[in-house]
Amino acid sequence: MHMHKYEKIWLLFGTGTLLVFLIVVGISAFYMGNQPPSCAVTLDPEKVDSTPPFDETGLKQIGENEYQLTIVASAFNYDVGNKDKLVQIPKGATVHFNVTTKDVVHGFELVGTNVNMMLEPGYISTYTNTFDKPGKYTLLCNEYCGTGHHLMTATIEVME
Amino acid sequence: MLKSIRSIAAADAKLTMAHMFVAFTALLLGATAGLLQTLVRSGKVTLPAGIGYYQILTLHGVVLGLVLTTFFIVGFVIATQSKTAGEYSSKERKFAWIGFSMMTAGVALTATFILLNEASVLYTFYAPLMAHPGFYIGLTLVIVGSWVEGFVIFHRHAKWRKENPGQRTPLLSYMGVITMLMWQIATLGVAATVCIQFIPWSLGFTDTIDVLVSRTLFWYFGHPLVYFWLLPAYMCWYAIIPKIIGGKIFSDSLARLSFILLLLFSIPVGFHHQLTEPGIDPFWKYLQVVLTFLVVIPSLMTAFSLFATFEMRGRELGAKGLFGWVRKMPWKDVRFLAPFIGMVWFIPAGTGGIINASNQMNQVVHNTIWVTGHFHLTAATSVILTFFGIAYWLIPSITGRKLTAKLNKLGIVQTIVWSVGMAIMSGAMHWQGLLGGPRRSAYSEYAGNADTAAWGSYQIAQAIGGSILFIGMVIMLVIFINLAFFAPKGQEEFPVGTVADIAGPTPKVLENWKLWIGVTCALILFAYTIPFIDIIQNAPPGSPGFKFW
Ligand code: HEM
Ligand SMILES: [Cu+2]
Ligand SMILES: [Cu+2]
Repeated sequence: MHMHKYEKIWLLFGTGTLLVFLIVVGISAFYMGNQPPSCAVTLDPEKVDSTPPFDETGLKQIGENEYQLTIVASAFNYDVGNKDKLVQIPKGATVHFNVTTKDVVHGFELVGTNVNMMLEPGYISTYTNTFDKPGKYTLLCNEYCGTGHHLMTATIEVME
Repeated sequence: MLKSIRSIAAADAKLTMAHMFVAFTALLLGATAGLLQTLVRSGKVTLPAGIGYYQILTLHGVVLGLVLTTFFIVGFVIATQSKTAGEYSSKERKFAWIGFSMMTAGVALTATFILLNEASVLYTFYAPLMAHPGFYIGLTLVIVGSWVEGFVIFHRHAKWRKENPGQRTPLLSYMGVITMLMWQIATLGVAATVCIQFIPWSLGFTDTIDVLVSRTLFWYFGHPLVYFWLLPAYMCWYAIIPKIIGGKIFSDSLARLSFILLLLFSIPVGFHHQLTEPGIDPFWKYLQVVLTFLVVIPSLMTAFSLFATFEMRGRELGAKGLFGWVRKMPWKDVRFLAPFIGMVWFIPAGTGGIINASNQMNQVVHNTIWVTGHFHLTAATSVILTFFGIAYWLIPSITGRKLTAKLNKLGIVQTIVWSVGMAIMSGAMHWQGLLGGPRRSAYSEYAGNADTAAWGSYQIAQAIGGSILFIGMVIMLVIFINLAFFAPKGQEEFPVGTVADIAGPTPKVLENWKLWIGVTCALILFAYTIPFIDIIQNAPPGSPGFKFW
């Protein structure tokens, strides 16, 4: 097939850039561990309340400034372990999120952070984040789940 | 009285026009819903009469994402096929009408249940939200009807080949076949989940549904869906615009090769919509990300070919230097201007797509309104402006009318209004998304924190953009109705480009369908078999249906 010389250069340059890009993304994912949330642990979505760790939602300290935060989502609520829907953590804390849903698919987005994952019935979604900047972070649902979808929210406050 | 001369057989024109009427009705309904969405999201307006935000959002997604696009595309390809591969036989035409009727009946059924508020599940209908069975049955009818029309399109192409043995098939006909072939292979996934999972479940024959399987089958379809919208735009860019500007197609074989590559690389990639989902191994996510990015290659080829065509023509007209051709283009011809502006918008739109598909980087934007901003550039601007650009000549050309100077001017105004409206709306969506604003959400103050409070002005900007777009929609409908019913009778060109002399012969292998369908299937099996078995084997208990609206 006839190909113009400039076109060959153009495609070679483009494909080369692409290759570099994919290698960088791959190294970041597999070598540096920046994988998207992909937890494969399952549970019975109808028995969430009696399945550990979801039988006890909320914040639990598991190390020095290291916490496990267990949250159960349902239409249209995040059960973060208290009525005020406010979780307070010290600055610099590393938090391991353990989240699932009791009913439909929900989103789990912590505004201004990389915490952003899908919650699907029967699956546990996990992600770890370290909070270096104090302030109030809004947790919200970013996958449509019904009429009250935009009312699903909670706050994580990083204390000075 | 001027004589009315149609560019294709009257019976075929009627068939295409039937599709166009449904498509432009969808535009009217959908853009009205779109305006209401932006108004609600601004926080200044509430919907009357108990109409739900998510009900109109379902309507918007279904009628614009599924109805407008599919009907326009099938109607357009039916016409290009009749023009380049010959008039349909009466039997082919009959089947096409059967397909069209099924599609239209399906749309009516689905729309009815959306309007009855029995199906506010959005156009992606993610389980375990459960709509009325009529919603799913309607969608099935649309798909099966489109298959019937697809087979008519294939049949016409095969007939041409048989009647012209050994000859290179017409480029537009070849492209039409790839467009419909991609659609047929892709819709197998959504047909499977709807027929095997959703319909029996919503009818109560099965108690539960496997959510991740349904999502995986949906997104097996969902990504090629967006390329199905894009390919007809590419048909216009590659094979029609060269004729409109008075130039030649840069290379026939490169055009065909890029269509083949788009077919290969747009199906085995659905995981890039599921990057943040549990239950899918990150290795397979990354593998599909790599396959996703291979479409960069045909995209670069396309960019090169198109600008080469412009430059060749510019030089023919005496342009000098690197960008001299710019001044030689027919800017005042809306048949060129609208698709060209669409093409230019595809540069930022495609860049956004690269960001979205970047594996772990997807977490920054996933399900934020950034994504909505992104596909209002790709689909609702690049593709839709090109479709409008096609409509300006297609409608008069097949109905035996003229695109008058006045309508041409109105079309230019339309193109500008749409671009300005979209720049404002989509731009604000992109920014708000980067700040974390979620998509598919009515107005909300959330927990009252400072981070979410900062989104207000972006949502107002979206309402301003949405209002401008609404005006653009009205202008387009005025043009459409004029072209279909009131424009003076006469003859309007059906532009079909010819290939430049410097382009070499087209390799035969590009027309070897068995080979390309085989490679497509092999790639799909490679990308999906192991993770799919994994998903089924490790499945949690299924979910009952929920109606949360
Ligand atoms: C008047 C022009 C338009 C306006 C004002 C508009 C407005 C909007 C808005 C505000 C949303 C997001 C709502 C949300 O996420 O809460 C949206 C979603 C969407 N729009 Fe448009 N839009 C327009 C035209 C189009 C066109 C022409 C298409 C298709 C070709 C389109 C396809 C979609 C789709 C598929 C969605 C996603 C629905 C979903 O997330 O379920 N829109 N539109
Ligand atoms: Cu939600
Ligand atoms: Cu995609």
